[in-house]
Amino acid sequence: MEKILMKGNEAFAEAAMRGGAGYYFGYPITPQNEIPEYMSHELEKTGGAFIQAESELAAVNMAYGAAAAGGRAFISSSSPGLALMQEGISFMCSVEVPVVILNVSRGGPGVGGIQPGQADYMQATRGGGNGDYHVPVYAPSTIQEAIDMICSAYDVADRYRNPVMVLADGMMGQMMEPVVLPPARKASTYEEIRRDKPWSLTGKGDREERNVLKSLRLQPDVLEEHVMHLFEKYDRMEKELVKYETFGNMDSEIIFVAFGTMSRLVAESIEILAERGISAGMIRPITLWPFPVKPFEELSPSTKVVISAELSMGQLIADVKASVNGRVPVRLINRVGGIVPSSIEIADRAQKHLEELA
Amino acid sequence: MKQVFAVTRGMLPADTSYCPGCTHGVAHRLIMECLDEMGELENTIAVSPIGCSIVAHQYMNIDMCESAHGRAPAVASGIRRVHPDKTVFTYQGDGDLASIGMGEIIHAAHRGEKFTTFFINNAIYGMTGGQMAPTTLLGQKATTAIYGRQKEKAGSPLRICEMLSTVEGAVYVERVALNSPANVRKAKKAIRNALEVQKRGLGFSFVEMLSSCPTNWGKTPYDALQWIQDAMIPYYPLGVFRKPEDM
Ligand SMILES: Cc1ncc(C[n+]2csc(CCOP(=O)(O)OP(=O)(O)O)c2C)c(N)n1
Repeated sequence: MEKILMKGNEAFAEAAMRGGAGYYFGYPITPQNEIPEYMSHELEKTGGAFIQAESELAAVNMAYGAAAAGGRAFISSSSPGLALMQEGISFMCSVEVPVVILNVSRGGPGVGGIQPGQADYMQATRGGGNGDYHVPVYAPSTIQEAIDMICSAYDVADRYRNPVMVLADGMMGQMMEPVVLPPARKASTYEEIRRDKPWSLTGKGDREERNVLKSLRLQPDVLEEHVMHLFEKYDRMEKELVKYETFGNMDSEIIFVAFGTMSRLVAESIEILAERGISAGMIRPITLWPFPVKPFEELSPSTKVVISAELSMGQLIADVKASVNGRVPVRLINRVGGIVPSSIEIADRAQKHLEELA
Repeated sequence: MKQVFAVTRGMLPADTSYCPGCTHGVAHRLIMECLDEMGELENTIAVSPIGCSIVAHQYMNIDMCESAHGRAPAVASGIRRVHPDKTVFTYQGDGDLASIGMGEIIHAAHRGEKFTTFFINNAIYGMTGGQMAPTTLLGQKATTAIYGRQKEKAGSPLRICEMLSTVEGAVYVERVALNSPANVRKAKKAIRNALEVQKRGLGFSFVEMLSSCPTNWGKTPYDALQWIQDAMIPYYPLGVFRKPEDM
């Protein structure tokens, strides 16, 4: 397979198209502008459609419409835009409509800055909008991994009839890496949509029953039953979707936990620590929700500290602490505001944490 | 025997949840009759709003979805991209369209979206119990304007047809009223025109229907219809604001 050099954002856009996205709706925001720009000229070539939406609120609701109609929709934004999309994400979970959402996240709160951040972790993994719901959240650490995730996210979204999120960051959106693009999936015909998504809005045609997609359930017992139904689905996701990777020596005194850009830096820090005679390993959650609890249950007796390394004020650490469940001390190494620490800074701070616990 | 009247197949045989004297039911029926007459019932996808008529899909016999408050035009834009040859419409109240969803409706018109919006202007928030809408008339009482709407505090009522008719992409814009048999007949013609404009792919089409809300206006159904005539029509003039040249 041919390797080509691609900028993260353009690769994400191309991956979405090859994964089958026929419809993209977006509003400009740095650091992901290359995605709507790319889609605006590439998507129509595949027979799809692009709309520059008037806001992220409109974009997410356009995606809901396209997905309700049986199309494969893709939306992307960066942190403040994702905040506006929460209404639609909650709504789509309620109505059970599959879309793929990409957050090329940046520092906050408020408008914050345009440099990479991971402070949308809670928003992504805890629902973010109103009501009880979940979306599977995938955290790529390389552009190639992001490409593969975006493509397969459509299968996950369709299988569970639920939105799926990919949480990248501004660093990944802006950097270039050699990648291999998967073959393009063919767009579904009208007949295929009616066959494969019998619930979708295609016009009644010769169907026995008309289709209605709804969120309103005024009767408490009916709404409770629906929420229970959604949670049966989320339970299945927790069993079927969890993904993680370990790196380095898992019998080490230091075990890092990091995702996305931070996990790449931590991998370097582990080598720096090794040169200093300190052994370290890493758990890299690939799904942030459902969170991989198992590797924490399997922590080695020699592990003295678990370190959550993140570009936020301690969000990932909440899941880490819950998973470690008091077995060993948990510490935080973080930078915010768009600052990405060097691998040396991470190694130094980890070493200090270990010494303090000795 | 010759059949002179039949209920349209477009309406399901269900009692509506709307209050006595509310004209949502009339608007529903007119739209469904037009689609039925055009042979489009099996070919239509519609979006209901947040408001009393969120449940329109319980009565309209077509494929339909609900939308978040004000977002129906965005949802319809997405549906339209997937199914360019279907008939698509949104059905929205004045809180939904003229307040929280103002951005979505203006930009749907602005893009010249090839769907139709039916706008039910009853000058009040019905579902939430009678709060002031952007279309509430000056002096009209609402639960958030108990002495009547005052211009100094809340501005003057928005005229949506007039506003949309400044937008190039809105090719058919008409205001009708549902308060008398004659006006109801004109409303049906307007609905048909708007749907024809959509079928011809000319751009965005829009029909505003001045409607009653006896419950939240504190009026009898009869007085409510009279109030449309005496108070609403003078401020919201009926007529065609924009139409294609050949119509
Ligand atoms: C985001 C959001 N804000 C507020 C509401 C509450 N709400 C439900 S219906 C409604 C008003 C609807 O009024 P209108 O559009 O005039 O329609 P009507 O009920 O009069 O037909 C409001 C504010 C909501 N459901 N969602």
